[in-house]
Amino acid sequence: MSGPSIVKLPEHIVEIVSDAGEGAQKAALAFAQLCAKSGNGLWTVEIIPSEIQPPPHTTGSASGNRIRLASRSRVTNSGNRANMVLAFNEMALLSRLETGGLADDVLVVIDDHWATHPNTAYQQSYREVLSQAKSQGATIIEIPLESETAKYVDDTGRGKNMFAVGLLCALYSKELPVLKKVIQGIFKKKSGEVIATAVTLAEAGYQYGIENLETCYEIEAIPAGTTKVAMNGNTALALGAVAAGFELCSMYPITPATSASHMLSEIFEEFGGFVHQAEDEIAAIGVAVGASWSGKTALTITSGPGMALKTEFQGLAVMTETPLVIVDVQRGGPSTGLPTKVEQSDLLHAIYGAPGDAPKVVMAASSIEECYYILSLARKIAEEFRMLVIVLSDANLATGQQIFDRPDVSMTPRRPPLDLSPVEPGALPYDWDSETGLSQRLIPGQAGGMGVTTSLNHDRNGKACYDSVRNQTGHTMRSRKLAALQKGLKRPPVYGADEGDLLIVGWGSTRGAIEEAVDSARADGISVSSLHIQFLSPLPPGLKAIFSRFKKIMTVEINYSDDKNDPFITDENRRYGQLAWILRAATLIDIDCYAQVPGRPFMPVEITDEIRQTLDLEPENVSNAVSMNTTEKGN
Amino acid sequence: MSTIAEECLDECNAVQAHSLEDYGSENPRWCKGCGDHGVLASLQRVLQKNNVEPENAVAVSGIGCSSRLPHYLRTYGFHGIHGRALPIATGVRLARPELPVIVTMGDGDCFSIGGNHWLHAIRYNINAVVLVLDNAIYALTKNQVSPTSPDGTHSNTTPRGTYLQPMNPLSVVVGMTNVSFVAQTATWLPTHLDQTIEKAWEHRGLSFVRILQRCPVFMPQAFGEGGRNFPVVFLENNEGVPIDPWLLKRGPAQAHDQRNINAAQKVAVTVDPAPMGLIYHNPELPVYEDVRHERHERPDHATFVDLLDKTLDRFTV
Ligand SMILES: Cc1ncc(C[n+]2csc(CCOP(=O)(O)OP(=O)(O)O)c2C)c(N)n1
Ligand code: SF4
Repeated sequence: MSGPSIVKLPEHIVEIVSDAGEGAQKAALAFAQLCAKSGNGLWTVEIIPSEIQPPPHTTGSASGNRIRLASRSRVTNSGNRANMVLAFNEMALLSRLETGGLADDVLVVIDDHWATHPNTAYQQSYREVLSQAKSQGATIIEIPLESETAKYVDDTGRGKNMFAVGLLCALYSKELPVLKKVIQGIFKKKSGEVIATAVTLAEAGYQYGIENLETCYEIEAIPAGTTKVAMNGNTALALGAVAAGFELCSMYPITPATSASHMLSEIFEEFGGFVHQAEDEIAAIGVAVGASWSGKTALTITSGPGMALKTEFQGLAVMTETPLVIVDVQRGGPSTGLPTKVEQSDLLHAIYGAPGDAPKVVMAASSIEECYYILSLARKIAEEFRMLVIVLSDANLATGQQIFDRPDVSMTPRRPPLDLSPVEPGALPYDWDSETGLSQRLIPGQAGGMGVTTSLNHDRNGKACYDSVRNQTGHTMRSRKLAALQKGLKRPPVYGADEGDLLIVGWGSTRGAIEEAVDSARADGISVSSLHIQFLSPLPPGLKAIFSRFKKIMTVEINYSDDKNDPFITDENRRYGQLAWILRAATLIDIDCYAQVPGRPFMPVEITDEIRQTLDLEPENVSNAVSMNTTEKGN
Repeated sequence: MSTIAEECLDECNAVQAHSLEDYGSENPRWCKGCGDHGVLASLQRVLQKNNVEPENAVAVSGIGCSSRLPHYLRTYGFHGIHGRALPIATGVRLARPELPVIVTMGDGDCFSIGGNHWLHAIRYNINAVVLVLDNAIYALTKNQVSPTSPDGTHSNTTPRGTYLQPMNPLSVVVGMTNVSFVAQTATWLPTHLDQTIEKAWEHRGLSFVRILQRCPVFMPQAFGEGGRNFPVVFLENNEGVPIDPWLLKRGPAQAHDQRNINAAQKVAVTVDPAPMGLIYHNPELPVYEDVRHERHERPDHATFVDLLDKTLDRFTV
């Protein structure tokens, strides 16, 4: 036998899905590490069932991962529809077909076990789902996943995943010895027997692939020349918090933020830090406020519902000018909403959510790499300006994995011990600079600085006061700090040409998909550029000037807006996406939005389609256009 | 070696290191006859007696009449938000375990809006003096029923009398895991108040003290018109709160073993007569910030950077 022929490609999107508990996530982890070690750029997305133990062999049980691998070392988003899916059963496949996330000509590799399963209902649904996929244009390869695995282990539920990853190793022309090393690493805490079995299964899967596949792919890696790391956004936040010098993280568990605290809990004590799991989100921020007020650098990490509970304390932090950082890893809302899925709906809440007028700094991470660096900047601003800084991330960044340049630890700032020297005679707790509102705080233990920090309106002496003049002054001083920060911000660079027909404006994790969409539209001769906004409060300078050079401006955001083409919706009652809302108010420019809540990241192709529609151009390739499926089935 | 005379002199000097005025800031704005004045004075005496440097003490409070106390104490203070004094205090203790912390709250502040934090702070057993100034009414917001308002209380939200029985906060705290110190006193029993707060100060752990507090404005009738006709029993033990002879005119003394949780629970559920003094005391229980600091040491810069480098190794491809 001559072995499979090889097709070379610049990139591919691979999905691995099984019933929850069958280990597709482990298989995906091994495959992703294999690709990373061979030098491919990557972005992965978790496919998570919403329940802990969903009924098996249902669409709700589908669990696994989507892996975008590319020749280039930098991948900034999860890409378009998947090119290949390896499914452990037809319901897992069906769940992926239903999301609309598979390309029409997707290659489906599926376990043939169900074709002859004693349960005739399984046989029937297997045939139905496969014919549905075929009619869409899919190529199907059926493999004896269950029966081959059964040759090596009694409990196939715990072995199919390693056979599968061996097969993928062959399908993507990767090297088996590298895969073996990866598997040994993943199972290093398990017994020698478990490791040996996993390796044997992977070898068997590989062998099966080499002997039976007619065509294999190769996504050659372009050497990057730098050392890389691979991690998800929550891990990046946790390591970033350590690198930034935080000393206390106070939290209450909430998806999708919790895993950042898991990582911190594992490592923080060694670095001299604490993770405090409080009794609720209110207490979590309260502990952080108390710690920060007494001189330690503190942060609290949460998601939307937790942000809601923290609003009163946010007001306190603002009023008392206690430096504090809050990380909000956004999920779908309102209420419990879509706890495991991405949304960018907390923007207005982050900026305005607090009783009274409470100026805060709000910034957003746009990539997993940025999750690592953003907390150093946030901490610096919080301390220099005595302000509350909110850092927005989201479920897409939190659980996806990206490969990026290994951070340089030699840049880690020193953390000087607390300065508890006596205060200068006459020093005041709020000695506001009347232009910038900035002042030096006093810390418990500093002789001569005694006084109460109060949530009431107060003057420069920190004394509670109720008169209109000093109330106006307090507000002005707190507000001017935002203005002072704004003056120090850089004008954001335009991606693409500095002028044109359309400017797409985005914030947070959509950046990679937007820029990719702009690249492909520009390659087709469309006059479109994009602008990414990192600081949402205060907004960076120069926006109006940038906007004035484009005929149309449109934000792209994963949050809700009314459809302007809906006859029920008018200019007067239309609700806009949240960034659009802010930019319209700030610039008085008629900014449109493409704001949707699909519960998953945007694909670049969706954005390109939207660009074409906005500019009244024909969609590029109808078969590749994705409908948003906004009419969900009753649920 | 210093002589006995020198040591004695040192001690005298130490006692006089600060005057009472050193612990006072502005004049309190509480109403005339308000029990809160007495608590402030007691606290100042305790700080003076223990020779605390004003800059090293921290007073944390929520919102309410009682929560104004840190304004009148010349230490560092944090007058926070309603119900949330205990999380702030926990943050201070975790961050700066060398600073003694006093928490003052009202009954609405602690038992109602702050109920969750109250239970959990007791379980954490942070080292802090936690005083609840219980006037059995919401005073700052002008006369609404509180969880401890007696049966039948007419207030602005219960104009025809309360609907519910008052809660007994003492019986709640003696049922909490890791409770280490529970005492009750009253603002109309000045020396008892002083000595109870002194005991609370000496205890390492969360010293929970419920102080029955007179509010002549909104609750003049409570506690038998401010203590005049209020049946009490003084808990007697060598290691308890001393019972000055004059107190016995207010109620009898009763032998009590505050080290025994069963005896404490029995006393705590009794409301008539109200038990006064040290109800439960266990100085051996783990203190949260001690536990956390045991496993925690801040490495020097080079070690820190090295550790960060090693952590990144785990994610390097
Ligand atoms: C979140 C919030 N809810 C309500 C209030 C209004 N409020 C202020 S003090 C208080 C209750 C005061 O009663 P208590 O805690 O018993 O203290 P007291 O004034 O009697 O000392 C209330 C309801 C507030 N400040 N914040
Ligand atoms: S209203 Fe009552 S509690 Fe408030 S200050 Fe006056 S007497 Fe004291």
